[in-house]
Amino acid sequence: MAKAREVFDRSLTDLRANIMTLGSMVEDAIKLALRALKEQDPEVARQVIAGDEQINARRYEVEEQCLRLIATQQPAAGDLRAIIAAIHIVTELERIGDYASGIAELAIRLSGQPLLKPLIDLPRMAQIDEEMVCASLEAYLSHDPDLALETAKRDAEIDQLEDQVYRELLTYMMGDPTTITRATYLLWVAHKLERIADRVTNICERVIFMSTGVMRELNF
Amino acid sequence: MGKLVTRDLRLFYGDLEALHGISMRVEERRITALIGPSGCGKSTFLRCFNRMNDTIPGTRVTGDVLLDGQNVYAPDVDVVELRRRVGMVFQRPNPFPQSIYDNVAFGPRVLGLARASALLDELVEQSLRAAALWDEVKDKLRSPALDISAGEQQRLCIARVLAGKPEVILMDEPCSALDPVATLRIEDLMRELRQDYTIVIVTHNMQQAARVSDYTGFFWLGELVEYDQTGKLFTRPAQQLTEDYITGRMG
Repeated sequence: MAKAREVFDRSLTDLRANIMTLGSMVEDAIKLALRALKEQDPEVARQVIAGDEQINARRYEVEEQCLRLIATQQPAAGDLRAIIAAIHIVTELERIGDYASGIAELAIRLSGQPLLKPLIDLPRMAQIDEEMVCASLEAYLSHDPDLALETAKRDAEIDQLEDQVYRELLTYMMGDPTTITRATYLLWVAHKLERIADRVTNICERVIFMSTGVMRELNF
Repeated sequence: MGKLVTRDLRLFYGDLEALHGISMRVEERRITALIGPSGCGKSTFLRCFNRMNDTIPGTRVTGDVLLDGQNVYAPDVDVVELRRRVGMVFQRPNPFPQSIYDNVAFGPRVLGLARASALLDELVEQSLRAAALWDEVKDKLRSPALDISAGEQQRLCIARVLAGKPEVILMDEPCSALDPVATLRIEDLMRELRQDYTIVIVTHNMQQAARVSDYTGFFWLGELVEYDQTGKLFTRPAQQLTEDYITGRMG
């Protein structure tokens, strides 16, 4: 019985492996972008920016793989939902890569100037983002809607931290207008980190749809 | 209320129960597909709608099959009239070894639907047009039906059914002997016919069921496992068994 699906099943396994690879590339990009920011290292930042092209290329590769499967295997039901989910997930991952690359660009802009303050909340946000990306993909891999839901809930932590960063940076800007440029850049970083968590939430929605067939918007 | 309704329909071949109490409603002017592995009972079920199983010795039916609310198994039912109202197209095109014209005219002549020859000509043309065959055969109506292609023969068989002015058309794997292009022409035709007729099709080709039907019923070992709108059944089936079947994990 399983024989009939051997080729198809192998392709689906390939597809999952490719998505996991893309996921870890994106996690690395977030990590490196934050290191570039924290250590004021434009070289590392440039690595992230260069790496984004590989992320984009990999994303198109997965998308093509999905199209090929749809064209040649006529997937239905759970298979179809998994493939459609894959297309959406890689799109979200690719956008997360763009945010990491954007953070790296801001790190370059900030690298010539003294750090406004030791970075604490931004690395925390990045840490949570990474964990969320990782958990959402684990949920994808194991078809686990509960894990997806739990993961999406962490978006609330990120929102709170962004707010905290905003309030803190505001006090710097009010106290000393010469900090406004640097503080604004850091605000942008915080915003990009916040958007990453939103993208992960979208991934979680797709995982839930894939596993249950129910499409629901998650908003935490 | 449904054009065709079955209630707890059971069919026995001798002692063997082949259909285990099927209750199902076929909507009017819609295409309903029946899918399932070989031997699951889908063709047997289809053949209950116009009592084609009567021709197999030893078959017995319990439960109801209602056409417009009337039980087709009631003792006073005229089976010939029933089969006119509920026409059937088979797996292999089976035109009579006669001319194209005579094939289509056969039913009306037997049933006395069109006595005057002008009327008969008109009915033949109408039926061939409705079966999307007229343009191909209009200049050779007197040629043998067996000379045209298999796809054309199948459309001729559909025209032959249409000439009887049916309400329901049953199709038992109508495309399994046809190439992909001829298959698509039949599917297009089904979509046309859907405006005026209720169609029930048995098919082994799941993509065909997905493409052409409004509703799909999945049969398994003589049971109707799941019956739903086609779009839902093929994306979010409610039963694991359905999922396994349509994703090729069994059968």
